[in-house]
This record gives sequence, structure tokens and C-alpha cells, in this order.
Amino acid sequence: MDESRHRMKLFIGIGMIAASLGWFAIGSVAAEAQANVSPSPQVEQALADVSSEVEGTREQAVRLLIEQGDASLLPRMEALRADADRSLRMAIKPVIDIWRNRANLASPDADTRRTAATDLGTNGRPAAIPWLQAAAANESHRWVRYAMEESALLLKLASNNPAGQQQAAAKLGDMRSQNAVPALQALVQAGIDESATAEQKALAQTATAAIERIESWNVWSSAIETLFRGISLSSILLIMSLGLAIVFGLMGVINMAHGELMMIGAYATFVVQECFKLYVPESWFDSYYLAALPAAFLASALFGLILEATVIRFLYGRPLETMLATWGVSLILIQGARMYFGDLTAITAPSWLNGGTQVLVGVFLPFNRLFIIALSILSVIGIYVLLFRSSIGLRVRAVTQNRSMSACLGIPTRKVDAYTFAFGSGLAGIAGWALTLVGNVEPGLGQNYIVDSFMVVVTGGVGKLAGTIIASLGIGGLNKLMEPSLGAVYGKVLILVLVILFLQRRPSGLFAVKGRHAEG
Amino acid sequence: MAPNEPLPSRRDFLVQSSRTAAGIGIAAVLGNLGTWALSLGADNEPIKVGVLHSLSGTMAISEVSLKDVVSMAVQEINAKGGVLGRQLKLVVVDPASNWDLFAEKAKQLLVQEKVAVVFGCWTSVSRKSVLPIFEEHNGLLFYPVQYEGEECSKNVFYTGAAVNQQAVPAVEYLMSKEGGSFKKFYLLGTDYVYPKTTNKILRAMLLAKKVPAANIMEEYTPFHHQDYQTIVGKIKKFAAGGGACVISTINGDSNVPFYKEFANQGLRAEDAPIMAFSVAEDELRGMDKTALVGHLAAWNYYQSVDTPQNKQFVANFKAYCKKNNLPDGEKRVTDDPIEAAYFGVHVWKQAVEKAGTTEVNAVRKAVYGQKFLAPGGEIMMDEANHHTNKPVLIGEILKDGQFKVVWRSKGLVKPEPWSEYTNPDKGCDWVNHQGTYKKA
Repeated sequence: MDESRHRMKLFIGIGMIAASLGWFAIGSVAAEAQANVSPSPQVEQALADVSSEVEGTREQAVRLLIEQGDASLLPRMEALRADADRSLRMAIKPVIDIWRNRANLASPDADTRRTAATDLGTNGRPAAIPWLQAAAANESHRWVRYAMEESALLLKLASNNPAGQQQAAAKLGDMRSQNAVPALQALVQAGIDESATAEQKALAQTATAAIERIESWNVWSSAIETLFRGISLSSILLIMSLGLAIVFGLMGVINMAHGELMMIGAYATFVVQECFKLYVPESWFDSYYLAALPAAFLASALFGLILEATVIRFLYGRPLETMLATWGVSLILIQGARMYFGDLTAITAPSWLNGGTQVLVGVFLPFNRLFIIALSILSVIGIYVLLFRSSIGLRVRAVTQNRSMSACLGIPTRKVDAYTFAFGSGLAGIAGWALTLVGNVEPGLGQNYIVDSFMVVVTGGVGKLAGTIIASLGIGGLNKLMEPSLGAVYGKVLILVLVILFLQRRPSGLFAVKGRHAEG
Repeated sequence: MAPNEPLPSRRDFLVQSSRTAAGIGIAAVLGNLGTWALSLGADNEPIKVGVLHSLSGTMAISEVSLKDVVSMAVQEINAKGGVLGRQLKLVVVDPASNWDLFAEKAKQLLVQEKVAVVFGCWTSVSRKSVLPIFEEHNGLLFYPVQYEGEECSKNVFYTGAAVNQQAVPAVEYLMSKEGGSFKKFYLLGTDYVYPKTTNKILRAMLLAKKVPAANIMEEYTPFHHQDYQTIVGKIKKFAAGGGACVISTINGDSNVPFYKEFANQGLRAEDAPIMAFSVAEDELRGMDKTALVGHLAAWNYYQSVDTPQNKQFVANFKAYCKKNNLPDGEKRVTDDPIEAAYFGVHVWKQAVEKAGTTEVNAVRKAVYGQKFLAPGGEIMMDEANHHTNKPVLIGEILKDGQFKVVWRSKGLVKPEPWSEYTNPDKGCDWVNHQGTYKKA
């Protein structure tokens, strides 16, 4: 009892002296010695000093806390912040941030670990270097380890130790770290200065070499990302155009309400989500998205069936009248959706489609995009199998090519028409389902995409699925190729101009017209 | 006259004409009496008040709420006995997000309906297209949305923010130590007048504050743009190494894909916050908020402002929407333009009472310097430049679609229709100068 009291007194004494000398006096040795004793007296003192009115004392306390405190003190810090004024809250924030990040370096979640590492790297506190190095040594996830090493090196690069800076600059160049470029450029600038020391000049040389390596990698990573974006946009265009290609190409119906069929698919997804929110336990919520797929397909297909039976079947072979009639239907649908659902509703993407994965330094692929690419490939395979490898497909193709002959052979052409149209509409529903991952659900959703879909179908050549696929790849890829230099507005304008020029040369698109149009 | 008919005698003629004269006289007296009686009645006739907001089309998403709040304010005023002892009567027209129709409907309100005042418009295009009508017919428009400035009309009172009451302080905040000392700015907007003018001012301001031109990026997307892959990729490269933020003037439905892509490519509010000027509670209502949490917005009012007036206002608005069976009923939220539209009605009412008439020229003078305890705190109409002195608040988006205020200006910020950065020599003053004038 006596002894412990004595020790406490001693500690408090040391603490007072230490605090009054400030953290410079304590040095890193003391810091390591105190690392596991919590809360040590000087930490206690610093915790008190943090609320001091004197700014110098406060800053010192913050520094000491960052060096020596750990996450176990977070609750006390939070309590302190709860009833602090604004300036104190601002003073405490870096301490809380750094402790939390330090604790998060050991989090079971890889994203949290990576975030913590990145944050520690940008806040410029050299105290974090050993934490990051220790964490990196035990890290199994490749990109988390990368972030930890990068952050430690960035902190070293920002320190005042030339040897460490030299080494860090070289290593960051090896790592192709994009984040290091601004700091490296600053070093190069410092080396150019006339008053630069030999050390600084050497450092500038290393930095220049590192920047070159990073930049040359940058060209590659940008190219890969552009390619991915092109494919991703192409897959969205493809998914939107498939249904249109079937009704437009195979059946000769210009369906201006196709975009609104997508909208119906999107709203079906929204309705399924709302139902899951209301009637299904929360742990199952993520699966709503899969349940919404058949719902979106069926809702749009059903609507397509109704549309075919009530409007389109009276207008076969009269493309202009179909166009006007379906356009009218589309306007009614838009206003109807606006009245019923209001103007802006959004889908909460299921958690397994949030975020993305890093594949290379600087190349990050979002899951939702990967998902849409996979979906578009599956849709194409599905349509191919249905049209070319099944008896239904055979009938559809037969009716498309020669209606009267097919009728003579006993194919129910009326039914085939209706089902083909419903199938194309269902595909639009799937497109709407997929698009909820990218954008929002609103009455004008279809209008935003319909022009692009028509562009793809017309460019591809009406009636050929292969044309649709190639046209969407071409338009999507070209768009993403031009967008970085031209900007979104002019990129889009130029695409339209190119499509028009292309159609001037090949009015029937990439692939020649077959099907009902060709019959005359 | 037939040739054989006798000419009327002189006497007959006199009698005849005096009779006619008497008839005319009596008719005239009666007529005068009638007008007089009518004018007596007019004192108790309702005052017509116009509402010029799109109730259909693309802008309906934002403007319908403003129509709702204006009619709520009118109901409140009527319940307390109206203005000058007369009830207010709303005349609602729907310009359907169509700029030409805006001009036509404005004319209808002013010429046919002869409304005393109009509350309306959202987009700058719609405002610009009705301006000549209001000036020609000396009408009065209360405009409730933040805008790009560079305008100084005698017939408009701007109750939303000028650029120096929203965008400029927001960027100053981001540059300050407590805002994060950001050094690189990515100005991203939709391709139309408000973002372009605002960004022109912000760029001039950043350059004036010694931000190197290489650290400022500017980019625009078309309306309804959905594919933000390339832009977010660019932002990512731009933000490498830290110290970068995004200033977003993206409008409407493009916001959702932008924020989603931002999050999905691994960028977080901590790496590069997005400061938005067009994202408010009402827009967040229908959005999936997961990707937006932690990002910032700058406004003069939030639903979360903690004052008794505001609590009452929010509750009243929800109750009003529920009672009138408006879509979403009690789930409705208030936001900055809604508040600005609301206090605009009350400011006009106070001015009419001060002037003792609804006559436009008298009311205009009475508006100058008018104070009103708005839901977000007391505001003051400027003494000369037709804009509003308001506080500036910066808020962080929370999971529930509300904002946590992280910064608040000291007191009210004086509006500057002409920015000190792009037009330092120009001012707006309708008391001492005739509108826009050159500063000496």
C-alpha cells in the first residue's frame, strides 16, 4: 500500500516535470518505455492540459497525447469533447483521429485497416511510422500492406532526415505510389533552388527518377482503367439495347416506350426493396436485389404484353404510327410514375455490390460495374441460346423471315409476335434492374438512355445481335477514350457526330438489314 | 330620313335632346355609383397572389415543395386576418419546366389576373425569361433560390443566397485550418449558367488567394449525366497525395450516380470531401444516402437548425402536407429554398402593411431594411440591393438525410449581387443609384 503510494507520487512528480519540459525532453526512449503503461502520469497531465486556455500548453499536450496515448483512452477523450467549445474540439480532433486510426490498424476488416493506414500517412505525424511498419509486417492482405508501407514511407519522406528521405523517395518510386508525387515534386523544387545543399540536390535527383517511374506506370494504369471504363459503359449500352434490338430488329417495331419499360423494371426493383424493408428480416435485406430480377423481368414483360395486345398489334408494318403511339404511351407512363412514386427514389445497393477491388497499383474496379459486365455477357449468351438453340427461337426467326410461310406451316404467328415483344420488354426490365446500381430511379430514367440505345441499335445494323454487341463496344469504348481529353459535354457531341458520319457511309449500319424490313 | 316626312319642329328637338341628356346623366350617375360601390367592396375583396412554380416536368421535383410552402404561408396569414384586413387569394399557374411558358404564365398573372405579387421560379433560365415581363408591367417577384448573381432587378427580391453568401464562404471554409486547409479544388458542375458563373467567381477568388492555377480543375457534364467513371477517375488522380476537395454544382438527378461512383471507386469524404451547393434535404429525401454521408453542403438554413421557430415551422409544414394529402405527407422535409420561399411571403406581408397598400412601388420601398424572424433565425432584407442578409451554414450530410451544422458565419452576411472577385467595380443599389452602378 505504502509502496504503491510512493510510486504514484514518484510518477506524478516525473509527470509534472516531463509535462513542464514538454515532449521534446521526453524523447522517443521515454515514449517506448511508457507505451504499455496506461494511463501514465504525463498522459494524465496532458489530458488535463488539453483543456488549457494557453495555446502553447495545449499544443504540447496534444503532441504528447499523440505520441504516447492509445485507443484505450478514447472514451475519456470523447467525454472531454462532448462538453468542449469549438476550439477545444478542433484541438482534440487530431488526437482522437490518430488514436482511432492506430487502433484500426488491427481491425479485422481490411477496408478499415487500409483507411486507417492512409489517414495516418496523410496527417504528417512521424510518431505513426513505427506503428505502420509493425502493422505492415503482420499484414496478409496485399493492398492493405501496400497502403501501410506507402504511408510509412510518405511520413519518412516528410521528415527532416535526409538519409531516410532519400531511401523513402527511392522506395516510393519502386512502389509506383501516386500519392507520393506532390511531396516528391516539392523535393525536386527544393533541389533546383540556388541555395540548395548537395544533399538536397542528390535528393532531388532521386525524386526526379522516382517521379519518372511513377508517371510511366501511370500511363499504363490509366490505359487499363480507360479500357475497363469503356467495357463497363459498353456493357450498360448493350444491356439497354438488347431488348430494343429484338423488338426493333426482329419485329420491325420502333418502340419509343422502350425506355419506360426500363423504368418499369427499375420501379419493380424499388418496390421489391420496399417490400423487403417492410416484411423480411433485416439480415435478409441484401438478397432483395436478386429477388427483384424476376420481378423486374416479369413486370416489364407483362406490361409489354399488354402494350402489344392493345396498341402495337394494330400497327404492325406501320413504323411511323407505332412510333407515335408508343411515344404517347411513354409520356403517359412517365407522368403516371411521377404521380405515383414522386420524383426521386433510389435503390440501396446490396452490400456485396458496394465498393470495389484493387487489382494493380492505381487500378480500382468497382463491384457494381463488374456485375453489370458479367450480366451483359450472360444476357447475350441467354439470348443466343434462346434464339438459335431452342424451338421457340426457331419459330421466332421463322416468323421474322417469312410470316405467311410460317403461318402456313402452322406456327401461331400472332402468339409468337406477342411473346417476342414481351421478351424484348422483359429484357428492358432487366436493364432497368441493372441500371438502379448506377443511377437513381426516377420517371425520366428511360428518357436518359433511350437515345443512346437507339444510337447503338441503328449503328449496329437493325436486326443483328452481333451488330448491337459490336456497336455498343465501339460507342462505349470510343466515348471513354475521348472523354478524358474532351470532357463529358463535347465527348458526347463528338460521338453523335461520328455516328451520323458513319451512317452517312453505311446507312444500314454495321450489318445489313434482314427480317421484316427487308421484305418491303 | 324619308323625303316626305315632316321635319321635326325645333321644340320637339329640344325636348328630345334634353331627355337624352338626362338619360345619359342619370346613367352616368348610376355608373359612377356602381364603380364607387364596387370600389367600396374591393377593400374587402381578397388580394390576389401569384405562384409561378413548375408543377410538372423536370423541375417539379424541387419546385412543388415551394408551391406547397407558399400556400401554407398564405393560409397562415389568412388565418390571422389577412393583410390590411383583406384575405389573400392564391393564383397558381404551372409553367411545366418550360422557359417560354414561364414568360407566358408570368404575363397572365400580371396582366389578366393583376396579382399584387408573384412568388416563383427556380432555375436561372426561368428567372431570366420572366424578368422583362416583370419589368415591363412593373410586377413584383420574390425569388427564393440561391443563384449566380450578376443581376440587379428593380422588380425582383432575391430571398435566396448570392454567391458570396454560399459558394464563397464555403470555399473559404475549406481553405481554413478548421475546414481542412485544402489546397486543390476540383470544380465540377452541370453545364449551364449557375455552375459556370459560380465557378468563374470561385476561380477568380482562388487565384486571388494565391492558389496556383494547376491546383484548380474545372469540368462540366450535360444535364442527366449518369456515367461518372472517367470524372471520378480524374478526381482520384487529382486527389493523390491529399489536400484536394470537390466543389460540386451538379444539379438534380446526376448527383446520385456521381456520389455512388465516388464511393465505389474507393474515395471517401475523408480523402476528398464534396462540397455541394445544390444538394438539400428535399433532394436527399428520395436518395440512397449511404454514399453521401460525411460530404458537405453550404446553405443558409437546414431543417436541423435548432431554434423554437424552426421546430414549429418544420412541424407546421409536415402537418400541412399531411392534412392536404400531399405526396409523402408527414415524411416531407424542409430545406433552404423552402425556408426562403416561406419568409418571402411574410416579408411581403410586412411591407404591404408598412406601405398601407399593395401598390408595387410603395411596397418595394417598404421592403428595404425589412426584418423578419425566419425559421432559421432573423434575416434582414437589404437596404438597397434587393437581396437578403442571411447567415451562412456549412453542414455535413448524415445518414438520415439531415445535416449536422459544422460551421456557421458570425451574424448575417451582406449580399453582393456583383462579386468582388469578378466585378469589383460594380454594385447594385436602387436607393442611391438606378440599379447596377459603377463604383467610383
